[in-house]
Amino acid sequence: MEKMVNIFLFGKKYEVPENLTIMTAMEYAGYQLVRGCGCRNGFCGACATIYRIKGDKELKACLACQTKVEDNMYIATLPFFPLVKQVYDIEKVPVNETVMMQLYPEIYSCIGCNACTKSCTQDLNVMQYIAYAQRGDFEKCAEESFDCVMCGVCSSRCPAGISHPQVAMLARRINGKYLAPGCGHLEDRVKEIKNGDFNELIEALMQKPIEEMKELYNTREIEK
Amino acid sequence: MYSERFQKSIAAVEAAREKNIALEPQRMTAQQKEDLLATFHPDYKKDEFAVLKIGANKGDKVPTELAEMLQAHSRITADSVDLSNPDYETDVLIIGGGGAGASAAIEANETGADVMIVTKLRIGDANTMMAEGGIQAADKPNDSPAIHFVDAFGGGHFAAKKELLSKLVCDAPEAIQWLSNLGVEFDKDADGTMVTTHGGGTSRKRMHAAKDYSGAEIMRTLRDEVFNRQIPVVDFTAAIELIMDENGNAAGAVLMNMETKELLVAKAKTVIIATGGAGRMHYQGFPTSNHYGATADGLVLGYRVGAKLLYAETLQYHPTGVAYPEQIFGALVTEKVRSLGAKLVNVNGDVFMHPLETRDVAAASIIRECSERGTGVDTGDGQGVWLDTPMIEKIGGEGTIMKRIPAMWRMFDKYGIDIRKEPILVYPTLHYQNGGLDITPDCMTTNVENLFVAGEAVGGIHGRNRLMGNSLLDIIVFGRSAGQNAAAKAKNVTVGELTLKHIEKFENEIAEAGIDTDKVSPKLLPDYTNKR
Ligand SMILES: Cc1cc2nc3c(=O)[nH]c(=O)nc-3n(C[C@H](O)[C@H](O)[C@H](O)COP(=O)(O)OP(=O)(O)OC[C@H]3O[C@@H](n4cnc5c(N)ncnc54)[C@H](O)[C@@H]3O)c2cc1C
Ligand code: SF4
Ligand code: SF4
Ligand code: FES
Repeated sequence: MEKMVNIFLFGKKYEVPENLTIMTAMEYAGYQLVRGCGCRNGFCGACATIYRIKGDKELKACLACQTKVEDNMYIATLPFFPLVKQVYDIEKVPVNETVMMQLYPEIYSCIGCNACTKSCTQDLNVMQYIAYAQRGDFEKCAEESFDCVMCGVCSSRCPAGISHPQVAMLARRINGKYLAPGCGHLEDRVKEIKNGDFNELIEALMQKPIEEMKELYNTREIEK
Repeated sequence: MYSERFQKSIAAVEAAREKNIALEPQRMTAQQKEDLLATFHPDYKKDEFAVLKIGANKGDKVPTELAEMLQAHSRITADSVDLSNPDYETDVLIIGGGGAGASAAIEANETGADVMIVTKLRIGDANTMMAEGGIQAADKPNDSPAIHFVDAFGGGHFAAKKELLSKLVCDAPEAIQWLSNLGVEFDKDADGTMVTTHGGGTSRKRMHAAKDYSGAEIMRTLRDEVFNRQIPVVDFTAAIELIMDENGNAAGAVLMNMETKELLVAKAKTVIIATGGAGRMHYQGFPTSNHYGATADGLVLGYRVGAKLLYAETLQYHPTGVAYPEQIFGALVTEKVRSLGAKLVNVNGDVFMHPLETRDVAAASIIRECSERGTGVDTGDGQGVWLDTPMIEKIGGEGTIMKRIPAMWRMFDKYGIDIRKEPILVYPTLHYQNGGLDITPDCMTTNVENLFVAGEAVGGIHGRNRLMGNSLLDIIVFGRSAGQNAAAKAKNVTVGELTLKHIEKFENEIAEAGIDTDKVSPKLLPDYTNKR
């Protein structure tokens, strides 16, 4: 017999097997999820959840699909949080901190409380990546925020009203587009293809009978 | 940390590690592969398939669970919706907010067309978000679109539609460039050279990645761009039936609000189905790596208005789904783990196959260890084999795992398993829908005018099996193309009177074929309530 634990979904008590995640425990209890469930595997950020273990002072945040239930866990899902996403034209943004001042000036009101970092469901150093964004160091901001699933938990805890994941998204796009080194072999290949350099080769393959294609495939040289 | 039951086998794996790293296992011959697949691959299990009795693919075999949905009743009757007063009117209606849908929306918007996305969950709650490994493109000097073609054609068992495949490989470098220009952060060396690796079945290292968040990085960037362009996205709203016009052309969809169940009508000049895959159909009872909304809806929507399916009987079972711990059962262990050097090892510590065979061969090979050969590892809930991840650190140097596959490390670390030091247990998981709606190179279905398809809902681009990295590629290449072509087509479309007559026609066919079913479709979401 599997061990059962008591959990409280929005305050109501349910007894569930202890080896379930919060998400599967909700389903076990009878919830047909619509909101708050996307990838079911820690990538999409749909299942942000806050909980408190009875008697603990600390309020914790997690992804429901990635977290095991515990005895006496009080659970409230946070399937939507009103983040601010500013609209911009990636072709025209200034590639320095003025873009942050224009679009997300509130980041300069950060009071350094570290609540964002403490709550991050991905254990990211959120306060640090906001600091990088303030300075216009987009490369570092991109690196530090890379694993962000945009769940919005950090923003729900921020006294300065910052939409951290959106700030980081902007930094990553600027980094990817403007700051990362350009790629010569990619540009060359696109040109060669536009120029029709491979047309004959491809055309020849399209015409080849299956038997010849099999031969070609089975004897092809494989890069070490 | 593994419990006592696993320790003996882990000791065997550890003892053999040095030897196994040095070993270059033989690749199987074509004949060996064929025999293996025929005996152990789920696609070959005849009693798990049913013959379609109605529709464009009458007489064809598809998985039993899919047949049930394709031949089920509509969720509505024609008179339950008022078509005369559409809630939305647009040039291009895109169904599905994954990578294919978002790419199509951006390109359609770029041409100046009116475009909107409806999606069942939120935009980005999609298989695209979950792709870890990477995206193929032949952009290195030692590679070419022709070599890419041969790899993909052979990997797909010589069944791909050649005109679709040639488009895939020739437009690949440009797709990478497009993503790069949108700000997607591909792994690069200091001089800008792309860091590329092998994937199962590739003959050149052409897998581009953004750490092991490749799909997430692509998806969140596309989503951001969709928002920047202020393209309307109606979320938590599923398409449940296509709408046709009196001329028999696709002209919109009946939508259902997933929360309130309210029905809405969207009228459009052209429609793009970008609803993705089918993992949550749990074919043959397999677990799945897919997102919550992967229920083959697009195939059902298309089939009911007469569109044709291609290779719907072929599914991809990813060889390395998580077999243990139970909380992440079925979740994907990216193929990149093998690209980086980890080998598959059985209960005795023996390597039983080359780590980079194609997925179907690898899956069948693992199933053979766990059945006929009896050399699988008993996990308590089932069987699995070891994937010896510590090899990666030995081969690539300490730190390789944190640098290249941090998401993998994180996933297991939550359950107290440090993949840098301990191997992991894997078993095949339902991963990818190889087949889907049949299209021409301009992405329109072969037999329903103004109905376009892109992404995993398409059949024929890859053939009967797909190589890692070619799907992220196809959603970009064909997603963009569908957006461009659907927008161009919309310019010359005058929509006739809207109708849902096809529902009644289909009902009649169900009755005439003597199909007795109480099922309705599309499925929309799996039901996991009150069970484990
Ligand atoms: C875990 C995982 C790892 C992968 N790794 C790789 C990889 O490394 N490389 C690679 O090339 N490929 C990989 N793939 C495959 C690839 O990610 C997918 O095939 C591809 O992203 C599918 O894109 P799509 O846009 O067609 O579908 P999706 O991204 O799934 O988007 C479809 C969207 O449509 C919505 N939808 C469904 N039904 C309806 C409806 N009735 N009405 C409205 N909306 C609907 C869905 O909710 C979803 O948002 C992986 C897949 C998974 C699951
Ligand atoms: S940084 Fe914020 S939005 Fe991103 S994962 Fe952490 S808590 Fe979620
Ligand atoms: S929670 Fe807000 S104010 Fe506090 S450190 Fe983080 S960003 Fe700054
Ligand atoms: S459901 Fe996607 S992160 Fe939990």
